[in-house]
Amino acid sequence: MNPITEAELHAFVDGQLTPERHREIEAQLSQRPEEAQRAQSYREQRRALHALFDPVLDEPVPQRVRHAAQPRARWAVQRWAAGIAIALVSGAAGWGLHGALQPASTLAIAPFAKRAAIAHAVYTPEQRRPVEVDAAHEDQLVTWLSKRMGAPMKPPHLQALGYELEGGRLLPGGQGPVAQFMYRDAGGRRLTLYVSNEVGEPSQGASGARKTNDETAFRFAREGQLNVFYWVEGRFGYAISADADKPVLADVSNEVYRQLAKGATPD
Amino acid sequence: MTPNDQLLLTWVPRLRRYARALAGNRADADDLVQDTLERAWSRAGLWRGVSDMRGWLFSIMHNLHVDGVRRPRVATQAMDDDTPEIAVAPTQGERLAVLDLQAAIDLLPIEQKEIVLLVALEDMSYAEVASTLGIPIGTVMSRLSRGRERLRALMDGRAAPVRLTVVK
Repeated sequence: MNPITEAELHAFVDGQLTPERHREIEAQLSQRPEEAQRAQSYREQRRALHALFDPVLDEPVPQRVRHAAQPRARWAVQRWAAGIAIALVSGAAGWGLHGALQPASTLAIAPFAKRAAIAHAVYTPEQRRPVEVDAAHEDQLVTWLSKRMGAPMKPPHLQALGYELEGGRLLPGGQGPVAQFMYRDAGGRRLTLYVSNEVGEPSQGASGARKTNDETAFRFAREGQLNVFYWVEGRFGYAISADADKPVLADVSNEVYRQLAKGATPD
Repeated sequence: MTPNDQLLLTWVPRLRRYARALAGNRADADDLVQDTLERAWSRAGLWRGVSDMRGWLFSIMHNLHVDGVRRPRVATQAMDDDTPEIAVAPTQGERLAVLDLQAAIDLLPIEQKEIVLLVALEDMSYAEVASTLGIPIGTVMSRLSRGRERLRALMDGRAAPVRLTVVK
C-alpha cells in the first residue's frame, strides 16, 4: 500500500478520494494515531464551521441584498420606451414630436425636476468639488448611491455623445436622498442626470391631479438658460439638465433611455 | 448560463454564508455580497459563457474581498438595521466552542481562510477552489494543509492568542 500523502489526508477528510483509496486510507489510519487524530480534528473543523455559519442560510435576506440580486428593474423602461425613443430620434432630426413631448408651458414643472434644475445650477459651476465621488471610483459611487437609494444606480455612459462621467453625489430631495451624476463635454460644459425615488409624493403632477407612479410622459422644461428633460418611471423620476440645445439633450435622453432599457434586460 | 431574473437570488444564501465567515460580521459581509451581486449584474453579458455560476460568483467575491473594494464608510449606513439578527443560541458549552472557532478563523491568513472555508462550507472540490481563486491546485493543497493545522493549533490553545480564552 502507498503511504498517505498530506494531500490525501485532506482529500480523505473531504470525501474527495476514489472509494478504493478511501478504504485503503481508512485502514491505514488505524495504525497511525497521529494522522488519525489530525483527520478527526479536520473533520471536526468542517462540522463546527457548518454549525457556526449554516444558520446564515436561513436568515431573512436584507432588502438591499435582495435588490442587488435582482435585475435592474428600477432602471427598467417599460414597453412605451421604444416608442418614445424612436420619437426622440426623429425629434433630434426634425424636432416635431408633439405627441410624446409636452412643452412645459402647458404643465407645471414637476417638483423633482425643479429641484434637479436647482441642483444643476448649484453644483455645475464648482471647479474643485463638482462631485462627491469622482468617476475614477465609479464602483464605489455605484455601490454607495445604490445603497442609499435602495435600488441599483449605475450612471449611463455617454462618451459616444461627447460627455464624460465626472462622478456623482448624494443630495437631499424633498423627502430623502436623491442621486446626481455629473458629466462634462470636451468644452467643459456640464450635464447632470438627477434621479429621485420620491416622485410618488402627493404634490406631484400638474393641476392638482396626482399622476400615478407609473406615469411616464416625457417632459421638457426651461429654467433660465437651462434646459431640462424629465420623465417618470415607476417610483423614480429622472431629469437631465444642461445648458445645451434641445436636440443635444434629446440625443442624451435617448441614449440614457437605451442604456436603462439594456440594464433591464441584460444581453 | 442564461440570464434570468431569479438566478442570482438563488445564490444569495450561500454567498451570505461564505461572506459572513470571511468578513466576520454581518454588515461587512452583506456589503461584500451586495458588491458581488452588483458586479455580477454589471457583467450579465458574460453569463452565457459561464458554465459554473457558483465558481464565477465566488470568484467575484474573492476579488472584491482581496482588493478591499469598499464603499466609502463615512457616507453609508445599513438601511435595514431593523432586520433581526438570528442569534446563534445553542447550549452553553457549544456556544463557547462556537465563539472560539469564529475568533480562530479570524486569525487565519486570508489566503488560508478562503480555502478552508470554501472546502468546508461549499464542499468545493480542490480543482473548483483552484479555479475560483485562480491559483494552482498544489497551492490550494498546501494552503489548506497549513490553514487546517493552524486552526487546529488555535483551537487547541497551542498557538494561544489571547482572544481564545476570553470567553468563560
